[in-house]
Amino acid sequence: MPIIEITDVVKTYQTGDVEVHALRGVSLSIDEGEFVAIMGASGSGKSTLMNIIGCLDRPTSGAYRLAGREVSGLNRDDLAEVRNQVLGFVFQNFNLLSRTSALENVELPLLYRGIHGKERHRRAAAALERVGLAGRLDHTPNQLSGGQQQRVAIARALVGEPKVVLADEPTGNLDSLTSVEVMALFQELQSTGITVALVTHEPDIAEFASRVVVVKDGLILSDDRQTPSSARVALDELLAAKAAGGAA
Amino acid sequence: MNPLITLRIALRALMRNSMRSFLTTLGIIIGVAAVIAMMAIGAGARAQVQAAFAAMGTNLLILLPGSTTAGGSHGGFGSMPTLTWEDLTAIQVELSSVKAAAPTLRSNQSLISDENNWTTSVTGTSPEYFGIRNWPFENGAGFTQGDVTAGAKVVVLGKTVVDRLFGKRVDPVGQTVRVGNTPFSVVGVAAAKGQSSTGQDYDDAAFIPYTTFARRIQGGLSKYLSGTVFIQAVSTEQTPRALADITRLLRDRHKLGDGQEDDFSIRNLNEVAGAQQQGTDTITNLLASVAAVSLLVGGIGIMNIMLVSVTERTREIGVRMAIGAKPRSILLQFLIEALVLSVVGGIIGVVLGVGIATWLASKFQWPIQIQVDVISLSVGFSGLVGIVFGLFPARKASQLDPIDALRYE
Repeated sequence: MPIIEITDVVKTYQTGDVEVHALRGVSLSIDEGEFVAIMGASGSGKSTLMNIIGCLDRPTSGAYRLAGREVSGLNRDDLAEVRNQVLGFVFQNFNLLSRTSALENVELPLLYRGIHGKERHRRAAAALERVGLAGRLDHTPNQLSGGQQQRVAIARALVGEPKVVLADEPTGNLDSLTSVEVMALFQELQSTGITVALVTHEPDIAEFASRVVVVKDGLILSDDRQTPSSARVALDELLAAKAAGGAA
Repeated sequence: MNPLITLRIALRALMRNSMRSFLTTLGIIIGVAAVIAMMAIGAGARAQVQAAFAAMGTNLLILLPGSTTAGGSHGGFGSMPTLTWEDLTAIQVELSSVKAAAPTLRSNQSLISDENNWTTSVTGTSPEYFGIRNWPFENGAGFTQGDVTAGAKVVVLGKTVVDRLFGKRVDPVGQTVRVGNTPFSVVGVAAAKGQSSTGQDYDDAAFIPYTTFARRIQGGLSKYLSGTVFIQAVSTEQTPRALADITRLLRDRHKLGDGQEDDFSIRNLNEVAGAQQQGTDTITNLLASVAAVSLLVGGIGIMNIMLVSVTERTREIGVRMAIGAKPRSILLQFLIEALVLSVVGGIIGVVLGVGIATWLASKFQWPIQIQVDVISLSVGFSGLVGIVFGLFPARKASQLDPIDALRYE
């Protein structure tokens, strides 16, 4: 059963006198529990597609059903509610609130959902534990490494128990080892039934996805299912190689 | 969206930038402190003027004998006796708007005790005088109507005179003081009253029955009352009526025609007090409005920083929107931030203002009066300033597009 169902979506921007056709009629259906990598050069329309999937933007025309609900015509308030309830976001530059503890950062979506004190605390702490940061609840972003910050961001995306996690270049600011670590985390999410969609331009990151969609000039160029590589295995290999390199 | 949760979000955001939050609110702090301090000083000055006039006597009218035109030259008021003792009796008996009237005959005399002598103003008057002037006794009592009728040689001394003649902390009641060559028995000491608004010492005085005064000092009781009359109206509202009644009565008794000027004059102390009051009120209002302007400038300061804050936190706003903040919650968050800044600033300002006023009071011996309504008004006003000047930045924040906001560098 598709959780994301996009039909003939067109997005046109008006920049001065020039009309920019970011999406020219895209149809895409993603099933629950899939791990989709969306690839494409800059200006291909992949970010626009991601924004529409993420309910941050509305299509000029076309239909978008998310978790069985038509969302293309919703107003700003309803879209905010959908984002809060159904979606989780992970960004390239982490976008954590500075001078705010990891716990409070993760609590934020629950705060907007109106979940109170203890329950909010408990769920945020559990989400941080799930990404392996149980001991760093009160660390602020500047006390954490890039990989740890991204894991806080993933915990923030998870805490609301979303159906879909959207990640925009989540490894763009990370080295290859932490990138694989983060991808292992995404694969773990997928194994628990969460749908993951991530935008990337790195082919070796896309390898960890079960499906690769390539966007070009506002249209889908290719859409292939694949057997994903295991990030866990890749991580072990990298660690072994690093240990060997260290020994030599 | 629960406003309590929004308050929590706003408080967290303010705490993250506690230094800037403090600096932002400094304008409001100074503004409110200035308003509170100015109003406290103004109210204190007002109370002091009120007290000074209350010390003279409440609802007091002073009747002075006439200005007479003798051969084309105007003598000043009091230059010629035109008031008779019968006039006084008429005022006391016939007018319902008059509560009491007391004659005052004055002369500077040398008072001599066993150890010392002191020259002071001796007033011949009636027992009502002390009531008219709200003047209690520290020791003993005033003289009586019987003393007046008998022309008794009794005296009530002011505090300063007691200090000079007998030394401090001595009760002179029962002792003898000579006025000129006549020995007087001290029957009472008037409580210390302090200085008049012009610096005259009220306590440097002695009081004897007017009959005794006329006989021993003036050398006989004449038909004319060669002094002034202190008159107390029944109430503040009745004071102007009392003034009109006295004027009508005296013109009638003196048989003055329509074209003739009054041969007496009446001073309304309430009016003089009102004029002085207005003077201090004007200055208070002036100071307070300057302070209010600084409060307004404080509000603009908040708007300024909130605008900077919205720009600086664009990405944060984008993240909040992406994870589910509605435009309304963003609006509310920034509005509450501005409100908290201004109200907390207002409260700190009140504390500071009260502190400044108290310090000035002790340092310069200024009377101050801290008014609760001024405090609640200025805290309320600073809250209003916060909402008014916070609204524009908050609207700006809430109308941001989440995509642009997330991409903002």
